[in-house]
Amino acid sequence: MDAFTHHTGVGVPLRRSNVDTDQIIPAVYLKRVSRTGFEDGLFAAWRSDESFILNQEPFKSGSVLVAGPDFGTGSSREHAVWALMDYGFRVVISARFADIFRGNSGKQGLVAAQVEQADVELLWKLLETEPGTEVTVDLESKTVRAKDFTAPFQIDDYTRWRLLEGLDDIALTLRHAEEIDTFEIQRPSWKPVTLPAASS
Amino acid sequence: MPRTLAEKVWESHLVRRGEGAEPDLLYIDLHLLHEVTSPQAFDGLRLAGRKLRRPDLTIATEDHNVPTIDIELPIADPVSRTQVDTLRANCEEFGVRLHPMGDAEQGIVHVIGPQLGLTQPGMTVVCGDSHTSTHGAFGAMAFGIGTSEVEHVMATQTLPLRPFKTMAITVDGVLRPGVTAKDIILAVIAKIGTGGGQGYVLEYRGEAIEKLSMEARMTVCNMSIEAGARAGLIAPDETTFAYLKGRPHAPRGADWDAAVENWRELRTDDDAVFDAEVRLNADELTPFVTWGTNPGQGLPLSAEVPDPERIGDENERIAAEKALSYMDLKPGTPLREIAVDTVFLGSCTNGRIEDLRAAADVLRGHKVAGSVRMLVVPGSMRVRQAAEAEGLDRIFIEAGAEWRQAGCSMCLGMNPDQLKPGERSASTSNRNFEGRQGKGGRTHLVSPLVAAATAVRGTLSSPEDLRPATAR
Repeated sequence: MDAFTHHTGVGVPLRRSNVDTDQIIPAVYLKRVSRTGFEDGLFAAWRSDESFILNQEPFKSGSVLVAGPDFGTGSSREHAVWALMDYGFRVVISARFADIFRGNSGKQGLVAAQVEQADVELLWKLLETEPGTEVTVDLESKTVRAKDFTAPFQIDDYTRWRLLEGLDDIALTLRHAEEIDTFEIQRPSWKPVTLPAASS
Repeated sequence: MPRTLAEKVWESHLVRRGEGAEPDLLYIDLHLLHEVTSPQAFDGLRLAGRKLRRPDLTIATEDHNVPTIDIELPIADPVSRTQVDTLRANCEEFGVRLHPMGDAEQGIVHVIGPQLGLTQPGMTVVCGDSHTSTHGAFGAMAFGIGTSEVEHVMATQTLPLRPFKTMAITVDGVLRPGVTAKDIILAVIAKIGTGGGQGYVLEYRGEAIEKLSMEARMTVCNMSIEAGARAGLIAPDETTFAYLKGRPHAPRGADWDAAVENWRELRTDDDAVFDAEVRLNADELTPFVTWGTNPGQGLPLSAEVPDPERIGDENERIAAEKALSYMDLKPGTPLREIAVDTVFLGSCTNGRIEDLRAAADVLRGHKVAGSVRMLVVPGSMRVRQAAEAEGLDRIFIEAGAEWRQAGCSMCLGMNPDQLKPGERSASTSNRNFEGRQGKGGRTHLVSPLVAAATAVRGTLSSPEDLRPATAR
């Protein structure tokens, strides 16, 4: 995974709350077996409407999504994160993220930056009155900056550290391989196993 | 130190406690797989040259993509077929037990785990599917994970996790006839909102919960995710043990005794403190339906479509306006007057034998309205077999409903069972998001009893509406 220290890109004001993962990527796109190419599915239903923000210049080439609260609710599909990243987004800003989505974004290196709703409103106004405004998201100082606007964001320390270093979760866990072995040995023998298979 | 049930299960699975900002590392007792969220995880394993650590704690099924008719034929949609073929090849290569389409043990992933007795109290259970919370009905810590985490579990049989806060949802009182577990959970979500449970593990407690059967408990826990919660648990008790005894993977003999002794400890201590508490009274509950485009936009069936103008919170008002527009509903319309063209009985929420029995009881002697198409999709092939042994299939077919094979079916628009744009369903599934059941499709979430009554009358109804006026 590439390290993330800061990113600057066009901000996209998405004035919708409770954006669920069925909107971010409809189920039909989940049938792919590859890890890339999900950009077509991003907000597919909304993008079929000409007036949707991502169909307007200069927002089409945005890389910082600024959304309403409760972003990423619903299905656990990590494909939602892949779709956002394959399209070109590097950061999503919202006042509140659904737990599973927040976790998934951390795995892939998409920064889920939690910003107070009052600050989101100010940023929306700025992006709408001056379309094409670039937003800088600085993971080291945990700040969002755009022209004269600046606001702090929340992200948990561990995810921040991992993204700053570009470290992979599995490799980090395997540093504790012995502890996993130790735990396994002491598990009660009556706990179920799937093999050999028993059936009704 | 007094602890809640969730805390007890968490601590008994600690491989290592995180230091400083580090998350804890938890051992995973059971990893459920299906074809949608596993391909890229298997690819990742392969690319890194890693083995799947515990094939004997892993089991796979085909559920999301599969058609529910003509299952002896190859899957028609090439993309679906590729995904299913990929799962088969991956399970073969990595030594994972798989129950494919047509197999006697195949079904929706959250139906087959409990039915095989693999889901047991005090376990950690994960799956690349948010409705994994279903298994919490057994007093297990069960939750959905993304594909990267699926790969992590495959490689290490652990997950790095941060502890959740705990919320007690106490449902006192007794459910009235005609009011079901589905109505309880829809009422809970309407009360706390789709973000209300965020960051929390829910524990459902109280007289009404204790009186629920295991299948009804699964319905409640299934939709914990729709309240924003990661997981939802119910403490195991005699009902749980009776359900498990004798199931294929339940412990036997001395092991059974040892297990039950351990399971009896899995209760929240009397003096344990929850981070938050919510109370509902079952006596006050009535059949509940959703009118909008998220599971929290629900009301009693006896109510009317709400008026966004009357909603104080601006975000909620805008959301309600958008929902009414998408759902093509006018404020003030009695919910009982909303006509549907499709009824779907099935899904991991309400696709088990008790759900089919309840619906069949309502349909017996009635016909599905001419304007309605009803799909009955058993949650697994075993459920299907049991239903046929009881003659339920004949009741559904005679009423004019379609009797299908097992799978996720119309819950989500991924397989051939979908709504066309503008179609409107009464569905026993768990999500009513825009386009969930098919692009442009409109979904009303309901209980199996409401689904059956709706199929007969053609508008959202409860079984009470089918009784002749003189008998009421």
